[in-house]
Amino acid sequence: MSTLSESTLIDAEGYYGTFGGAFVPEMLYANIVELQACYLSIMAEPSFEAELEILLRDFVGRPTPLFEAKRLSARHGYQVLLKREDLCHTGAHKVNNTVGQILLAKRLGKRKIVAETGAGQHGVATATVCALMGMDCIVYMGEVDMARQQPNVDRMRMMGAKVVPATSGSKTLKDATNEAMRHWINHPADTHYIIGSAVGPHPYPDMVARFQSIISSECQRQLIAQFGLEHPDAVLACVGGGSNAAGAFYHYLSDERVMLFGAEAAGLGVETGHTAATLNLGTNGVLHGAMSKIIQTADGQVIEPYSISAGLDYPGIGPMHAYLHEIERVVYIPVTDQQALDAGFELSRLEGIIPALETAHALALLPTLDLPHGSTIIVCLSGRGDKDLMTYTKYLDQYTQSAN
Amino acid sequence: MTATNRINIRINQRGQNPLLSVFFTAGFPALGDTLPIAEALAAAGVDMLEIGMPYSDPIADGPVIQHSSEVALRNGMTMELLFAQLADLRPKINIPVLLMGYYNPVFQYGLERFVRQCQAVGIDGLIIPDLPPQVYERHFANLFEEAGLANIFLICPQTSDERIRYIDSLSRGFIYAVSSASITGGSGPITDTQTAYFERLNGFKLRSPHVIGFGISDATFFQQATKYAAGAIVGTAFINLLNSHPQHYQDHIGSFVQSLKEQAIPN
Repeated sequence: MSTLSESTLIDAEGYYGTFGGAFVPEMLYANIVELQACYLSIMAEPSFEAELEILLRDFVGRPTPLFEAKRLSARHGYQVLLKREDLCHTGAHKVNNTVGQILLAKRLGKRKIVAETGAGQHGVATATVCALMGMDCIVYMGEVDMARQQPNVDRMRMMGAKVVPATSGSKTLKDATNEAMRHWINHPADTHYIIGSAVGPHPYPDMVARFQSIISSECQRQLIAQFGLEHPDAVLACVGGGSNAAGAFYHYLSDERVMLFGAEAAGLGVETGHTAATLNLGTNGVLHGAMSKIIQTADGQVIEPYSISAGLDYPGIGPMHAYLHEIERVVYIPVTDQQALDAGFELSRLEGIIPALETAHALALLPTLDLPHGSTIIVCLSGRGDKDLMTYTKYLDQYTQSAN
Repeated sequence: MTATNRINIRINQRGQNPLLSVFFTAGFPALGDTLPIAEALAAAGVDMLEIGMPYSDPIADGPVIQHSSEVALRNGMTMELLFAQLADLRPKINIPVLLMGYYNPVFQYGLERFVRQCQAVGIDGLIIPDLPPQVYERHFANLFEEAGLANIFLICPQTSDERIRYIDSLSRGFIYAVSSASITGGSGPITDTQTAYFERLNGFKLRSPHVIGFGISDATFFQQATKYAAGAIVGTAFINLLNSHPQHYQDHIGSFVQSLKEQAIPN
C-alpha cells in the first residue's frame, strides 16, 4: 500500500499511475484544455467557494446527516454509520457535482449544458441545476433506460430539460455517454458537458472527485463532533463509474488507519457473462477519453455490462479507482443482484430507509467483511430507492414471506 | 519517413488535380467486401483509400458510419481478420491505403504487432482521432517512423495556431483538416466561417499538405473544399451509397467517383 494525498494522487497530465489522461479527438481538445487549465483556480476562487457553499447548504440541504443505524449495527456486530446522501435534494449524491459544475460552466461563459444519464439520477440532478441557473439543458439517455426509468424522464422534462434518446449500440448509459460527447463535439463553443461520474478525460475524474469529496470532509467533522472519533475503521461505497465512492474515500485515502471497500455490481455473478464487475474482469483500455479498466473483448470491443442497478451497469470505471485497485489501497468486491436485494430489504426493514439499488450493493458488503466486533464502519448511502420501487416490488412477496 | 511512401508520392504527383480520398468501413456491407470495394474504388480512379477499423464506441462518428461499424462487427470483423483480408492488398492496388479507427482496438492488438502487420500488408498511414499528439510523440513516433508509416493528425477550426504548428512538426503524409466543429456526416453548403478557416490554414505555409474531411457530402462541397486543400475525403456519402446498393454497389462506384472528379476544378 502506498501513502497517498490529494497532491500525489494525480499528475499534471491527469494520470493516476498509468490510468487517466485525455484521449479525445482534436475537436474536443480546446474545450478539454480550457477546463484543465482553469478548473482548480476557479474552484479555489473565494467567490466560487462562497456561492457553492450557499447552494450546497440551502439548495442541496448539506451537510447530510451521519446517522448511527443501531438495529443494522446490532445485526452485523459493527457500529454502522450511514452517510445520508439520499437526503440530498433530488435524492442522491449526484447533485453535489452538478451544482459545482454548473457554477464552473457559468464562469467559463457557457450558456448550455449537455449531460448523459443512465438511471436518470444524474440527468435529474443536471436538469435541476440548469433550471436553477436558467441554462438550456440537453440530457442524452439510452432508449432502453428511458423506458425503464420513465418517472425520471418526466422529472427532467418538468424542469425544462430536453431528453434525447440514445438509439445507438445497446441504447443504455455507455451509448448515452457517446451521444453526449458527440453533441459536445458539434457544439463546443457555447456548451459545457457535465459528466456525472468520476470518468471521462482529464480533468473530469479529478474535478468530479473534488466536488464529491465534501462527503468525506463532512464525515471527518461529524465523526469527531458526534462520536468523538478521529477516524472510522472502514468506509464502504458502491462503484459504477465511481463518483460517490471517490467522494466518500477522498479525505481518507492518505489515512492508512481507514480500510476502504468498493462494491462492484457482479450482476448474476462475475463468471456468468451478465455482470458489471469492471475491476474484477476488466483489462486496460481507453473508453470515453480515459485509460482505465474496461470490460471488453480481446479485440478491444466494449462489452455491454449487466446489473440489476441501472446506475452501475457501466463497462468502465473511473481511472482513480483503477489506480487505487492496482496499488491495493481500496479493495473492490463484487456483489450480486441477489446480495444487493437482500441488503436493500434488510435496510428497509431494520432502519426505515429504502436505499437505491446502487447503494444496496455497498450495504451488501457488511455481512462479507471480517472486521473486529464493534468496528466503526461508514457506509455511503448514496441514494434513495424510490426510483427502484418497480424492481423491488417484483421481489416483495419473496421477502415478505421470508420475514414471516 | 522515406520519400517513397505512397502518400507523399501521390500528393506530389497530383499536378493540378485535387486528391480524392474515400473512406469505407472494413467488413461492410458484407464481411468479405473490404477488398472488393477497395479494388473497385481504385479502378474508378480514387487517389487514396481510408479503411475504417470498426469500433463499438465511435464517438467522433455520426449515425451513418456508426451503423456501418455496428454491422461490420456483427458480421464478425476483427483486427486479425482485417489484416488477413489485406494480405492481398498489394500489388492489386497501387494507391495509398490508410487505416482509420479508434485507439482502443489498436491498443488491445498491441502497438508493435499492429505496426508490423501494417508494414507487412502495405498500409501507408494511420488515422487514430483519439490518440493525442503528445501521447503519439512520446510513445509511438519512433515506432511509426521506423516502419515508414505516416500518422495523420486531425486539426479543426478550434485548433490554435501554436498547436497547428506543433501538429505540423509531427505530421507525415498530410494533415487531416476537419471541415467544421462536427462529427462525421454533416452536410454542406460551405459556410463563410469554413472558408475563413480554410484560408487561415493556407496562410500557415505548413510543411505537410492538408486534406479536408468531415461533411464532404457531394460534388459541390468537394469542389469548393479542394480549392483550399490538396484534396478532400468522402466518407459518409460513400457509406450511404453502399447502404442504397448493398448487393450491387459495384455497378455504382464508377459513376459515384466520376461525379465527384468531373466537377472538381483543377487548382
